[in-house]
Amino acid sequence: MSSVPASAFLALALILFCIGLYGALTKKNTVIVLISIELMLNAANINLVTFSKYGLNPNIDGQVFALFAMAVAAAEAAVGLAILMALYRNKRTVNIDEMDSMKN
Amino acid sequence: MENAWLIPLFPLLSFLILLLIGKRLKEASAYVGILFTLASLVFSILVLFERFSEPTFLKKFDWLTIGDLHLTAGFEVNQLNALMLFIVSLVSFLVHTYSKGYMHGDERMPVFYAYLGLFTFAMLGLVISPNLLQTYIFWELVGVGSFLLIGFYFYKEEAKAAAKKAFIMTRIGDVGLLIGMILLFWQTKSFEYSEIFQAVEAGAVSNTMLTLTAILIFIGAVGKSGQFPLHTWLPDAMEGPTPVSALIHAATMVAAGVYLVAALFPLFTASPTALLTVATVGAVTAIFAASIGLVQTDIKRVLAYSTVSQLGYMMLALGSAGYVAGVFHLMTHAFFKALLFLAAGSVIHAVHTQNIEEMGGLWKKLKLTGPLFLIGTLAISGVPGLSGFFSKDEILVAAWEGGHPVLFLFALIAAFMTAFYMFRLFFMVFTGESRGQQKNVHESPSVMTMPMVVLGVLAVIAGYVNTPWFGSFLGDWLVDGNEALGHGHIEGPIWIMIAATVVSLAGIYLAWLIYGKRSIARDWLSGQGGMLYTVLYNKYYIDEFYQLTVIAFTKGFSYFLRFIDTFIVEGIVKGVSGIVQGLGAMGSKMQTGRAQTYGTVAFVSLAVLAVIFALTGGYLR
Repeated sequence: MSSVPASAFLALALILFCIGLYGALTKKNTVIVLISIELMLNAANINLVTFSKYGLNPNIDGQVFALFAMAVAAAEAAVGLAILMALYRNKRTVNIDEMDSMKN
Repeated sequence: MENAWLIPLFPLLSFLILLLIGKRLKEASAYVGILFTLASLVFSILVLFERFSEPTFLKKFDWLTIGDLHLTAGFEVNQLNALMLFIVSLVSFLVHTYSKGYMHGDERMPVFYAYLGLFTFAMLGLVISPNLLQTYIFWELVGVGSFLLIGFYFYKEEAKAAAKKAFIMTRIGDVGLLIGMILLFWQTKSFEYSEIFQAVEAGAVSNTMLTLTAILIFIGAVGKSGQFPLHTWLPDAMEGPTPVSALIHAATMVAAGVYLVAALFPLFTASPTALLTVATVGAVTAIFAASIGLVQTDIKRVLAYSTVSQLGYMMLALGSAGYVAGVFHLMTHAFFKALLFLAAGSVIHAVHTQNIEEMGGLWKKLKLTGPLFLIGTLAISGVPGLSGFFSKDEILVAAWEGGHPVLFLFALIAAFMTAFYMFRLFFMVFTGESRGQQKNVHESPSVMTMPMVVLGVLAVIAGYVNTPWFGSFLGDWLVDGNEALGHGHIEGPIWIMIAATVVSLAGIYLAWLIYGKRSIARDWLSGQGGMLYTVLYNKYYIDEFYQLTVIAFTKGFSYFLRFIDTFIVEGIVKGVSGIVQGLGAMGSKMQTGRAQTYGTVAFVSLAVLAVIFALTGGYLR
């Protein structure tokens, strides 16, 4: 168990976060963008759990926090998808390039 | 006398009332104006009589306090003020009454009376001010009042231009007054007349500064009193209604300049240079304006130039240290010149023209105006027995005794010219055959003739308050207890009086020969000196001279400034706004509305910040 060092978990979280960020900033399909955001959230969760085990004061708080984050992420995903549905009904597209109504 | 402050307030009240409900009163607004000025007159007479037996009354209170500095406001009743109050309110009352007939049928009569009220208020306020600052405020108010009154027929281009000219020309003088006032305050730490005089007497002000301030203040008086070279507004101001000319150009506004010099007389006497300046400007103006008056054909313009010339006399008197002579002439002139203007108004009212070439033979038709005009003419010409004779004699004596033989000669020649052009006017208007096509010429209503009768009586008797024969009552009273003002009466050689009489009678005789008996052809003068005649007729081309020099320069300078404004100032402004607009356009182009772009920018910026953070170790030094 202790053979896997903390840096490995952190590296995994970093890689996941970067993939998520890349996806969120570049993909055209809004569903993919949402999935990428989930990836970034989970990368953060991995960090939380890692530090609850290997941190300076290891305790259960980090894991509890990760669970909270997951619950909130689930709710957020639901809301995000609902907004996406509404947008799709209005604009007949899921292409994120065409959703630029913030400009006006 | 403690109620003297009410005197200016009556006309102000009349002004306010007419402003509020004048439209509804229509012609009845005349009664409002007349009643309130009558109240002023009654109070002024009471104050004048009280002042004969009581000392100067001065009341003031703190108006502004800035640090240790107390600016006061209040009122003062000294001899000069009491006399001026009486003159101004009397002439104003008579003009108010006269206007009821003269302006009859004018739709804007309430406005006219409102303006008259405002003007009278300003003038009365001016003459009871105990300090320079308050004087200055009323001084400017007088300017506003005259602007409104001269431009009363604002739909006439000439009236509009004349009003503007009067305002701007007097403003030029006012700048001098303002600077002089500020310098005086800087030197003496006070605006109060009495404190200024004390400081001057104690030698707290250097001689150079005294001369400078006195001359600067005199420039203000030059502007207001229409002295050379700022006189050109006064003849043009004849575009106003004739009663206004009588009020402004006889007794009040133009007298304000003389009054100012008289009120600050101790300041002037402290500086011989300033006195000499005043005397010279006065004498030059007297002869200069009189010579123009010789050839003018507009009845009111002749009177206007005669006013300028007579004001020059007053300045000459003051400048020759003849305080009493100046103030005395101010008083007599106010009466006979107001009479002449009102009589001229009556003539104009009857024949509907101002050109004396189109008049003539009116003596039989205007049974009352004619003799009254004659009285005024005799008085201003200095015929013995009338008021003008005594005051003019005082001035000539003052000029002679003051040691200005050249200026004395100027005044004597001007007296000759005055007699000549006034009688030229009289003969042209009242004798000979009628040259106009006017029918049913009729005498003015009694509301117009009565004020003229009052002034006519005064023009005859006003001189007897100060004569070399029956004692100089006025003079002794004016200088009573004030060494700085000089003597009540200046003894002069008897030949001066004889010379003055001879000169004025000679002028009258010459006028009679040319215009009355016609034994000398009328074009004799213009034929002999064609050039001179043209120059005089065109008023020495002073207006044209100003047009070509001062005005052209000002215009050129204004164009230059406008050029700077449009191309440089506006260029900078436009440049700045252009840069900001460009930046804004760029910024708004960056706002694509796409969340992904924003996210990218935020991420890249964060990355850059992180790199800087890593490189500098956390702090930018």
